[in-house]
Amino acid sequence: MDVNRHYFENLNEIRSIMEKSSRFISLSGMSGVMAGIYALAGAYAVYWYNHMHTIEYAIQSLPDFFSSVSFYRFYLVIGFTVLFLSILTGIFLTVKRAKRKHQTVWDQVALRMIINLSIPLLAGAGFVVVLLHHNYFELIAPTLLVFYGLGLVNGSKYTLNDIRLLGILEIITGLLCGISSISGLYFMAFGFGVLHIVYGLYMWLKYEHNEPIIE
Amino acid sequence: MIENLNKAFENRIRLGLMSILMVNDWVEFNKVKELLNATDGNIASHVNALESLNYIDVKKEFVGKKPKTTYRVTKLGKKAFKDHLDALEQLLKEL
Repeated sequence: MDVNRHYFENLNEIRSIMEKSSRFISLSGMSGVMAGIYALAGAYAVYWYNHMHTIEYAIQSLPDFFSSVSFYRFYLVIGFTVLFLSILTGIFLTVKRAKRKHQTVWDQVALRMIINLSIPLLAGAGFVVVLLHHNYFELIAPTLLVFYGLGLVNGSKYTLNDIRLLGILEIITGLLCGISSISGLYFMAFGFGVLHIVYGLYMWLKYEHNEPIIE
Repeated sequence: MIENLNKAFENRIRLGLMSILMVNDWVEFNKVKELLNATDGNIASHVNALESLNYIDVKKEFVGKKPKTTYRVTKLGKKAFKDHLDALEQLLKEL
């Protein structure tokens, strides 16, 4: 009986070490929450900007505001600011968490995760450029959501498995956005904002909430 | 059945080191230490044992002025470890 248990524990330990050594597990759930907040703030800024300018254009009966260049420039600046702040916060919180747990952050596993996450993301970014080239502006929001979801699904093989479901939810949000008549802005606010906040909190409660501090 | 188990893998550190190397390419000493929660000396002695059985390759190099040691499992080591796992599984099935 004891021998049986010994071998069973052996196998369990092997499985756990294989899992731990091949997955990037330091990612902090709070970085998801913060990314979600930035995204919601960005979405609100765009909403406000659209609102103000639509009124202004209507009053002055200027040509269609949505075809103006400054409109897209504002979108781009907001988009990149949200992306940049999210990445920066993510790195900061993850490094902090890894240090607290005395883990190394930057290793081959982290690199593998980032590469696998990035391939669909870069493909998506490239595809958005193609859409811009053909003036298919209404397809940009669904494309961003779907490719981001694909990136998460692909990267999830090298990090916590929960990320996979988030990826699938992003893909569904993107597809719904594509067939809906509601503005893509609301879907982006949901996919990049609400989903990140809910998921980040869930991950934080599941893994970090009562994480022991190793001295 | 017991005789199919490989004595070389009976120790916790060796079992752990092999598990890490089975699912990763070259792995650094510090990473091994962190995952296995073991002391430098302890790891080194088991590394030597596995290396002399030709189950793992050891690479020592300098990055700047810092020495860096990395490990990789050999074909022989992979096969030996797989056989060991099969034997463990078989044992548990029978009991």
